[in-house]
Amino acid sequence: MAENSEPRVGVFVCHCGTNIAGSLDVKDVAEYAKTLPNVAYAAEYQYMCSTPGQNMIKEAIDKYKLTGIVVAACSPRLHEPTFRIATKEGGLNMFRFEMANIREQNSWVHMHGMHDEATAKAKDQVRMAVAKAAYLEDLIPKSVPVEKAAMVVGGGVGGIQAALDLASAGIKTYLVERTPTIGGRMSQLDKTFPTLDCSQCILAPKMVDAGRHPNIELLSYHEVENVEGYIGNFEVTLRKKARGVMNPVEAAAKGIVGGGCNGCGDCTAVCPVIKPNPFEFGMAPRKAIYIYHAQVVPLIYTVDFDACVKCGLCVDACGEKKAIDLEMQDEFPKYKIGTVILATGYDFIPVEEKREWGYKRHENVIHALEFERLICASGPTGGHLVRPSDGATPKSVGFVLCAGSRDNTQDGVGKPYCSRFCCMYSLKHAHQIMEKIEGCKAYIFYMDIRSFGKAYEEFYYRIQNEGCKFIRGRVANILEDPDTKNLHVFTEDTLLGRPVDIELDMVVLASAIQPRDGATELRKKFGVSASSDGWMLEAHPKLNPCGTTTAGVFLAGVCQGPKDIPDTVAQAEGAASAASIPIHIGEVELEPYFAQCMQDICAGCGMCIKLCPYSALDLVEKDGRTVMQVTEAKCKGCGTCGGFCPGGAIKMQHFTTPQIVAQIDAYLLGGE
Amino acid sequence: MSDEWNPKIQAIICNWCSYAGADLAGGARIQYPPDVRAVRVMCTGRVDMLFILKAFVDGADGVLVSGCHFGDCHYLEGNYKAAKRMFMVKSLMKNIGLDDKRFRMTFVSASEGAKWGMVMTDVVNKVRELGPSPIKEFQK
Repeated sequence: MAENSEPRVGVFVCHCGTNIAGSLDVKDVAEYAKTLPNVAYAAEYQYMCSTPGQNMIKEAIDKYKLTGIVVAACSPRLHEPTFRIATKEGGLNMFRFEMANIREQNSWVHMHGMHDEATAKAKDQVRMAVAKAAYLEDLIPKSVPVEKAAMVVGGGVGGIQAALDLASAGIKTYLVERTPTIGGRMSQLDKTFPTLDCSQCILAPKMVDAGRHPNIELLSYHEVENVEGYIGNFEVTLRKKARGVMNPVEAAAKGIVGGGCNGCGDCTAVCPVIKPNPFEFGMAPRKAIYIYHAQVVPLIYTVDFDACVKCGLCVDACGEKKAIDLEMQDEFPKYKIGTVILATGYDFIPVEEKREWGYKRHENVIHALEFERLICASGPTGGHLVRPSDGATPKSVGFVLCAGSRDNTQDGVGKPYCSRFCCMYSLKHAHQIMEKIEGCKAYIFYMDIRSFGKAYEEFYYRIQNEGCKFIRGRVANILEDPDTKNLHVFTEDTLLGRPVDIELDMVVLASAIQPRDGATELRKKFGVSASSDGWMLEAHPKLNPCGTTTAGVFLAGVCQGPKDIPDTVAQAEGAASAASIPIHIGEVELEPYFAQCMQDICAGCGMCIKLCPYSALDLVEKDGRTVMQVTEAKCKGCGTCGGFCPGGAIKMQHFTTPQIVAQIDAYLLGGE
Repeated sequence: MSDEWNPKIQAIICNWCSYAGADLAGGARIQYPPDVRAVRVMCTGRVDMLFILKAFVDGADGVLVSGCHFGDCHYLEGNYKAAKRMFMVKSLMKNIGLDDKRFRMTFVSASEGAKWGMVMTDVVNKVRELGPSPIKEFQK
């Protein structure tokens, strides 16, 4: 559009079936639009997003020589891309489109007895959109190349699967893991429901594959320190935590021929410092130089510098391999990546704060993951379930479900959501004790059994038939007999309608889960929001469960919300697919909402420079004057500079001051 | 509609949190009074103090700026910078004798649809309590 020609706006009002038309008078709104300044054409239609609806836009652009399009329908967060394409196909620049949100922010929130008010609001919204549309300008999206590498943060089963998929698709992938080994929660489990596969047996091959895949660079004992950039061009600074042990590659780089850790374990044998092993929840010892378990990937020892006394015995034991460096410091390597997948998993709530169940006060009340380690053949007891108080084999075990899940007590510990896998693993636990310990009785205290997955309900029947007792009621209290250390579980059997007191040898709490410690800090570094329950927020709960509102950042596994292993793996594969698309295309288009400096009126005060969170602005000398200049590649279009410029010299494309003021004026001055 | 006075309230809300929260409120059919009209910006950092003052000059009875929670800004810190400016707006309003309760900044995340409904109800009720903007009287 030439600057001096009159704007000609076309307005299209959508019924959305009865979603909009049921709450306000669509025809009246369309008729009203025809009376507005600069409106050359107005119409209404059942479904503007349908093919005929989009064709109406395309045809009207040509027929009425339109210069701007307004669609009054749903949220621009939903259908703006659809209508931009229709606008483009009609021959206009795609940014000459504005949406009036008369559904999510009108018809759906003013439904009952508000017909006139909702219609009046829709007219205002259309008038505001038309006012902005008259000021819209041609913009050209900026295309930027995409770095041909991806990063996966979190080395549990979700992260491993995502990394393997990306790497197999030919993409260089950095798999970042905070602990010394990948494997995550799944490597702590004994068996998996409902197939009773050995967890480590099915996970270990994937861990090994991830460790040796030529496209995967395994960065264990690393944490994300800082993130800069945007889709296609993230620059991530990691903290390479001082491990005290060099792998063969690092040793070779230091000129130690044939050196580096080969996992022989000579060091750990001579180490005099003994600490509890966090992998076994403190139920087994480890040394100050350690591996978590026998199947770690990478098989490199790690020095716990908080515990190490620097006696140097390990250095001597290591000998010619010279793998151990007790003076090692943290390093901060930088990685350039195109896309990233977050797969940080979960922790358990501090269930000891639910004092009624006595965890950490009663010795024989344990946690479900402690049970996994105790029943696991590679665990601290070699797979023999024992009572922590006396080492005896229990003859009766209770499983308390919803230990903090589906809990609305607002005590800051319980969670309102369902943790989704506790029912199933507790059924599995019941099966395991009845199978391993002859005559051992299993009691499951439940609210509802949620066995929703494939073959889960069948597994539930199987455990019922094996003789497990199911008592429907939330456990009110667990008391310990001080002499025998047996436990009395008090609850109401809500099916019989009577209180029960059952004496058991041992109780296992199916604790609720919450986001991993540190996940909040991590998501903020990547600009990812959280749901109200604290899990990372997906771009759309139904149609974009792997994406986030930050382009190029994807989610896999429990960090997005509770899910079991099959769902985690499925989402990881989805996230890997989504994260590989921009890398394979090789370039992405960025919305051209950049700041522009109108240098003829810029006074060069430099106020904006400090406001910019991306260092996109600089002061430069031009024609003897100091003026600001924008580096478009760095600008993300927030407009913080434009919101403050005292001289009004910064133009925020697509959100210019004239456009915003036109909307405000149209609402407050332009009404009937 | 009747002759009964209804407030005119201008909202300026950010795309990533409050606008998404308002959309969520719609999806969940959370009902609230219809007296607010929103302008979408990418970040509350874009909100020039002049936009707020212009709305009052144009006769708005109330103005709302709503963004992400601190620490959750899509652009890292735009909402902090906006919040600082909003204090200046409040002190300006006091200086010219306009009740600063007519202006409010809130923080509603993309997952807080119910909160958006509460904010809307609360803002409208507060402005109704305060009555029509004195600026309109002054301009007559």
